[in-house]
Amino acid sequence: MTSPLASLGAMLLAQIRGEVRMRWRLPAFSASNLVLPVVLYSFFGLPFAGQTGPRGLDIGVVLLTSFAAYAVGQVMVYGFGIGVAMERGQKIDLLMRATPLPPGVYLAAKIVVAMLFGLLAALILFAYATVVGGVRLAPGLWASVIGRLLAGSLPLIALGFAIGFVAGPNAAPAVVNLIYLPLAFASGLFLPPDRLPGFVQRVAPYLPTYHYAQLAWSAVGAGREPVSTSIAWLAGYTVVLLWLATRAYRRESKLKFG
Amino acid sequence: MTTGAAVVELQGARKRYGEVEALRGVDLAIGPCEVVAMLGPNGAGKTTSIALMLGLRRPTAGHARLFGLDPQDRRARSRVGVMLQESGVPGVLTVRELVDLFRAYYPRPLPAERVIAVAGLDDKSRARVNTLSGGQRQRLYFALAVCGDPEVLFLDEPTVGMDVEARQAFLTSIRELARAERTIVLTTHYLEEADALARRIVVIDHGVVIADAAPEALKARMPSKRVRFRTTAALDAAVLDGLPVTSLERVGDRVRLLSAEPERVLRELFRRGVDVADLEVAGADLEEAFLALTTRRPERA
Repeated sequence: MTSPLASLGAMLLAQIRGEVRMRWRLPAFSASNLVLPVVLYSFFGLPFAGQTGPRGLDIGVVLLTSFAAYAVGQVMVYGFGIGVAMERGQKIDLLMRATPLPPGVYLAAKIVVAMLFGLLAALILFAYATVVGGVRLAPGLWASVIGRLLAGSLPLIALGFAIGFVAGPNAAPAVVNLIYLPLAFASGLFLPPDRLPGFVQRVAPYLPTYHYAQLAWSAVGAGREPVSTSIAWLAGYTVVLLWLATRAYRRESKLKFG
Repeated sequence: MTTGAAVVELQGARKRYGEVEALRGVDLAIGPCEVVAMLGPNGAGKTTSIALMLGLRRPTAGHARLFGLDPQDRRARSRVGVMLQESGVPGVLTVRELVDLFRAYYPRPLPAERVIAVAGLDDKSRARVNTLSGGQRQRLYFALAVCGDPEVLFLDEPTVGMDVEARQAFLTSIRELARAERTIVLTTHYLEEADALARRIVVIDHGVVIADAAPEALKARMPSKRVRFRTTAALDAAVLDGLPVTSLERVGDRVRLLSAEPERVLRELFRRGVDVADLEVAGADLEEAFLALTTRRPERA
């Protein structure tokens, strides 16, 4: 008699393969997550490539870092926000729940694939800026920026989950945009923070995306707070948003599977 | 049947959704290799029963066991295949990709080609799921249910959306599985379907089991025909008394009745000299038959 259970590793691998195909084939993810950051960067970032700012900072590099934060953050918020809402709407969760697939494996696959897409989004952006804008930075620093953005994306994953469990499948794309775009703007991902309206500048330091950007900026010497402060804020937001997401998930589960 | 031998078991299972009590104490033990049809009108509690057996929902009171285990236990779920009503799958995956994904969930999956062939989807293997017709989609769900080579198969309204041909092919595959000594629990609206497949029919209505018997025994108790006719409005009500019917209603000059013996009813009507116009005798639909069963409150078999 062989094992009464399928191997978790094989399940995870199959689940990852499926998630990658789904994301790749849905323009809501592939186009908006991989192409949109490049388009926005062309408008707001490219014109400043090669300029030197205060403290001798390479503005091209700082802006590229900002847009990378925007791109990776977007993969997380959109992927989980729209993705989870869509799966709820199509009742994909219903059949999955009746299979031996553990929820943890399902979740792990989603996170792994989001990380892969985040990495891909950042790499596309870096390649584009290097080739078209001539932005130059040591590979080690690029790696550090990407590593920080992936590791620091936990609160944004939690935010996505919270939206995905609260919003309906039709409302989710709008809700995600209405939350994420203002967050990105106010946190100085598109324009330098000091060019934003006064009240926005006062609110910004309380936003998760602000500290997310700081984490990436400090990798290239443009941070305005110690890394430990960024990490503390992001950890705090992770706890709060995960709590919200879990609450929404439990409420939904009780309704559908109670 | 002894508790230890049961593969699927509900004990005093109750389920309440807010104000509505969907199941009001269901006891059911299904042994290995049994083919059981759960029959009942919409809202009777069939889907809720299946959900409890699978651990998709928890009973408000009572117990549900699968292979003697908690139905949410992965060891139990690894031996079970499911076709659910109104469940979805990722539409951008192809049939083959989805079958392969589900095969990975089970310890001893069947070869993908075989599963797809059994479901009659060979020519759709590379088609994306969202391009399938309703009937093809239903067959895909069947493929997903059997891909893990399950010992127990739960099929909730499996033939909904299938055309006549697809339904026949589907019934054939179910019979093959039954011959291969699989336990099958299916829900259906259709008495013929239950009759054609199952050796045991459990009738559920308003959250309770009102009959649990072999198809032959059950059919004998079900009023099979509906008789409708018009008569003179002035007809004395007493003339219609004592007929071999399970239910009879009269509105103005219209009379409508259910009976297992329509020939005897008509013979009696003519003997009594009742005016009969626009006579219509048809097979009773299940809703009507259930109504008759519930109003008679038959003893449990």
